[in-house]
Amino acid sequence: MALNKITSVCGKAVPVPGADMDTDRIIPARFLKCVTFDELAGTMFYDERFNADGSSKGHPIDAPQHAGATIILGGENFGCGSSREHAPQAIKRSGIQAVVAESFAEIFFGNAAGIGMPCVCATHAALQTALCITREAPQTQWSLDLEAMTLSCPMATLPVTMPAEPREALMQGRWDAVVELMNAPEAVAALAAKLPAPSL
Amino acid sequence: MGKTLYRKVWEAHTVGTLPDGRTQLFIATHFVHEVTSPQAFAMLRELNLPVLHPERTFATVDHIIPTDNQCEPLADPRAQTMLNALRTNTAAAGIRMFDLPTGYQGIVHSIGPELGITQPGMTIVCGDSHTATHGAVGSIAMGIGTTQVRDVLATQTLAMLPLKVRNVRVEGTLRPGVTAKDVALYIIGKLGADGGLGYAYEFGGSAIEAMDMDGRFTLCNMAIEGAARCGYVNPDATTFAYLKGRPYAPKGEAWEAAVERWKSFASDADAEYDDVVIYQAEDIEPTVTWGISPDMSIGINGAVPAPEEAPDAETRKARITALEYMQLQAGQPLKGMPINVVFIGSCTNGRITDFRAIAPYLKGRKVAAGVKALAVPGSQMTAMQCEAEGIADIFREAGFEWRLAGCSMCLAMNPDKLQGDQICASTSNRNFKGRQGSPTGRTLLMSPLMAAAAAVTGTVADPRDIFDIH
Repeated sequence: MALNKITSVCGKAVPVPGADMDTDRIIPARFLKCVTFDELAGTMFYDERFNADGSSKGHPIDAPQHAGATIILGGENFGCGSSREHAPQAIKRSGIQAVVAESFAEIFFGNAAGIGMPCVCATHAALQTALCITREAPQTQWSLDLEAMTLSCPMATLPVTMPAEPREALMQGRWDAVVELMNAPEAVAALAAKLPAPSL
Repeated sequence: MGKTLYRKVWEAHTVGTLPDGRTQLFIATHFVHEVTSPQAFAMLRELNLPVLHPERTFATVDHIIPTDNQCEPLADPRAQTMLNALRTNTAAAGIRMFDLPTGYQGIVHSIGPELGITQPGMTIVCGDSHTATHGAVGSIAMGIGTTQVRDVLATQTLAMLPLKVRNVRVEGTLRPGVTAKDVALYIIGKLGADGGLGYAYEFGGSAIEAMDMDGRFTLCNMAIEGAARCGYVNPDATTFAYLKGRPYAPKGEAWEAAVERWKSFASDADAEYDDVVIYQAEDIEPTVTWGISPDMSIGINGAVPAPEEAPDAETRKARITALEYMQLQAGQPLKGMPINVVFIGSCTNGRITDFRAIAPYLKGRKVAAGVKALAVPGSQMTAMQCEAEGIADIFREAGFEWRLAGCSMCLAMNPDKLQGDQICASTSNRNFKGRQGSPTGRTLLMSPLMAAAAAVTGTVADPRDIFDIH
């Protein structure tokens, strides 16, 4: 499968503040009643953004100055909770291409990497700088460079981190693992023969 | 230096190393349900790939199934569509589905162990974060995303990086009225909702060794609420006694061989851990959450903490947000606070032992006026056991709505939901904002015992006082 090599993400940023931003807040469960991911665009952070009557809560995502942002600036333990891939799918299908946060829940991180959406970590201080610039100058164009591992704009260059393996997978265009996983059928068959399967 | 169970199981299931450096890990057992699998089957069709090992995948319907009326067509056409998709997809692939009429349907994390499909020394995955539950038998069990569900269906393997292992020990004897749920909430409270990032939790120590299997399932189920993708307990005599005779457990001579093999996966006495924490069982009280993250908990006699006493600015902000959402004041006790709804069930606490443990206390008592109380067995097998043992009748006579098996009010994908800002005394696993179906609904996580006390008093209560447990 020919996949695009993801080496950088450019564009405006939008703050999604708060620690432990859980998957129920990223996408409330009622939006999971679907058999495809096609309807998820626009559902990200729905109850954080809208009241029950549909009126806006004034979340930064809906602020005109952040319209069209491609990078989310989050807090600690972003994406904790459920394994629902609907969470990164909803984010990606809403136009976001990368998330920068202090830390990520494992499953969310893996799900995002597997659909080609980089999640990188930055220190609390670096994120504060990025948030400050984004709030003061929302039109700021950021560049997340996976080669240099920096998040930069004309005013600042901030270091970011990511484990080497998923970073390589993104940069080499190998982020969808299924192709590589099909390359060792004999070894898989040998383990399948050796390791017991539950049976009646 | 010896090895941990995690490392032994990982090594036994390693196929090789992928070009990006990740391990290709063989998956022994895979569970699927209706929410996170339909897209995976669709991806397979797009790639024109078959299911490689249908005999290693097992399906059931749990999240969207109503617990009051399961007559088809289901009232919610979207729920029916998801159920139909699971039936079609599993039938086409030759995957065994424990459907509604089988007597084996239920929450995927209940039926796996109950059927004996969940076994020690396995890698077990499911598109569901509470897959950690299955680690209680001594396996590497973890939640995965839908694209990974596709990977497992297509290749029976996953691209993974190993976790570090933290040995979480609870030593001593739990006090009367303190349960596995309290231990889980206590540990998460101590280590934080993000404390387990990058770790698998190996639960050990004399208090864990003394726990029955259903308690261990509760504990491992909640590992993910502390950010540990896997939780496990080393397999021992309790594990083997639990599994023996279950439908999918090995039988006859194969049983003896299996037990020997399973024992070999247990962590060595001199195993090397990346971290060790030790807690004293006697320090753990019946525990209840007050906030919107599972680490926001207090002992039943404690008070809601003040933001200004938080150790750092982020925690302070989180506490302010939580107090506002929960409509609580810093310093107030939770004990005595009125509740509207009681939910006893879920993959955390919907097992036979949970219902057995509280039935004697509910006998002859009534649910408090104005309280809606739901008791939802995790599986049809548990439901039938509860009927046979007279437990279901005790709940009904006490004024509980005794429901059919499913995820119910844990996650708001079926008709069981909170209304407005109702407060729910819940044995489930997440107190996130809006988790139980109302964007303003409030969840207090607790043990079944404390939930039973809440049901009969209509308030947050100490079950030791209400039921005279000393």
